[in-house]
Amino acid sequence: MKHIWPIFRREFAAYFATPLAYVFIVIFLFAMGAFTFYVGHFYDNSIADLSVFFGFHPWLYLFLVPAISMRLWAEERRTGTMELLLTLPVPLWATVTGKYLAAWAFIAVALALTFPIWITVNYLGNPDNGVIVASYVGSLLMAGAYLAIGACISATTNNQVIAFVVTVVVCFLFCVSGAPLVLDFFRAWAPLALINAISSFSFLTHFQAISQGVIDLRDLIFFFSLIALFLTANVVVVDLKKSVG
Amino acid sequence: MIEIEGLTKRFGPYTAVSNLTLTVNKGEVLGFLGPNGAGKSTTMKMVTGYLAATAGRVRVCGHDVETDELAAQAAIGYLPEGAPAYGDMTARLFLEFIARVRGFGGADAKARVAAAVEKTELEGVLDQPIETLSKGFKRRVGLAQAILHDPPVLIMDEPTDGLDPNQKFAVRNLIRGMAKEKAIIISTHLLEEVDAICTRAVIIDCGQIVADGTPAELLARSRYHNAVTIVLPATMQAGALMKIKNLASVATTDIAIAGDIVTITAFPRKNALPIEDISALAVREQWDVKELHAEAGRLDEVFRAITTHDAARTKASAA
Repeated sequence: MKHIWPIFRREFAAYFATPLAYVFIVIFLFAMGAFTFYVGHFYDNSIADLSVFFGFHPWLYLFLVPAISMRLWAEERRTGTMELLLTLPVPLWATVTGKYLAAWAFIAVALALTFPIWITVNYLGNPDNGVIVASYVGSLLMAGAYLAIGACISATTNNQVIAFVVTVVVCFLFCVSGAPLVLDFFRAWAPLALINAISSFSFLTHFQAISQGVIDLRDLIFFFSLIALFLTANVVVVDLKKSVG
Repeated sequence: MIEIEGLTKRFGPYTAVSNLTLTVNKGEVLGFLGPNGAGKSTTMKMVTGYLAATAGRVRVCGHDVETDELAAQAAIGYLPEGAPAYGDMTARLFLEFIARVRGFGGADAKARVAAAVEKTELEGVLDQPIETLSKGFKRRVGLAQAILHDPPVLIMDEPTDGLDPNQKFAVRNLIRGMAKEKAIIISTHLLEEVDAICTRAVIIDCGQIVADGTPAELLARSRYHNAVTIVLPATMQAGALMKIKNLASVATTDIAIAGDIVTITAFPRKNALPIEDISALAVREQWDVKELHAEAGRLDEVFRAITTHDAARTKASAA
């Protein structure tokens, strides 16, 4: 913890030291609003809940989270600060975790700033606030999973554009891995157990389960273990690059 | 304090550092010289734990960099090539970040930052974002970061690169001032820097050590070591050259004529000091001497002679 904190603090402050944070938050909120009201026809539904709002999260995160994660390591490599960072007496896992948590906290801030819509539904009707809280938790976990994938991919390159594009593709596959698009590819040859395993990786399925208002331990374990897996991979990638140069 | 043993680094088929062995003790300022691509930076990156060695080991203050990385890194102050820093942070915030990462808190951190800032004369730019600073200030922020925790081992990759002559002088004084208590490695392209601050010079080429000694020892390898240069009116050229050539202490001579003056350089025979003979000769002959001096040697010439790749290859095949 004593190692993670300074790294976290620096990273988190760095978002707000540049226009990045403000631009991101404005676009994030604008996109959330635009999709909810214009694409999702929030008012026309005449239902006091936020399922329309949360329904767009997996798709918005698909582009917005890689925009945050792409710079995590690629930028450090390009500007040379990687050398400074990795020669400080901090264990690698702490550096990886600190950077990751800072990015996650930043997304949490952006997500928290969507609170007016929560106030709106409460003003318009009597929504099930338990479901909304669960959905927020699910949304944040899903963002965390996207982010862990993106952080790991960012560590493999010094090119932010490559990091962005590859992250979008990988996150998309994870997101829709329960859909025919992905499963048909495996169905022809893979055993049923594997197909079930792949479809169980779907972010959509797990997120939808949570946003029904039921925080199932299995869904939590899914997201947390996926985050842990990709952060471990992130450590391994950075460590491998020490040997390869 | 720094023990490097059989250090090797290969990038695919390319060997950047090859079986390098070197010990640096407290009180030494080791100047690490070599042409671009010789393996200086790669060696420093391995010592600081940024790159993993292909073979060999490095110990810093007794801590193995591979197995006890954090203890080794805690003992090192490192200025990487180009002095990288987070450009969007102010110098103050950046240094406070480094202090916290290195485990200093509260007043202790503030005192450390203040001391480093004073030593590197950064007071004026503390609250400016680092990316807006001039190259010289950026370099000094990097230096401040490296000396902040008063490390027993300092490793600096081209610490005076991009500094103006006054700043170079200040940084060299700073390094000299710390030298007694620390083991210091600096890499540089500036041979005058070796003369100015280093107690020892190591020249590497093709990833191998090709020379290791005090700057004076390296100078002694120069053709110009104890050579004497005398400047005379051009009219005296023929007679003077003949008489100098005939001196017992002189092996060979060079001659250059520019306008109405002639410059004769006399290279000594082994262990001979022609300066005495030539000055005596000049007095005896009542030459109209414009200039007369003996040289300690020329590092750039030594450097060129031993870092041409042929020299390295000969050494490799001998070893």
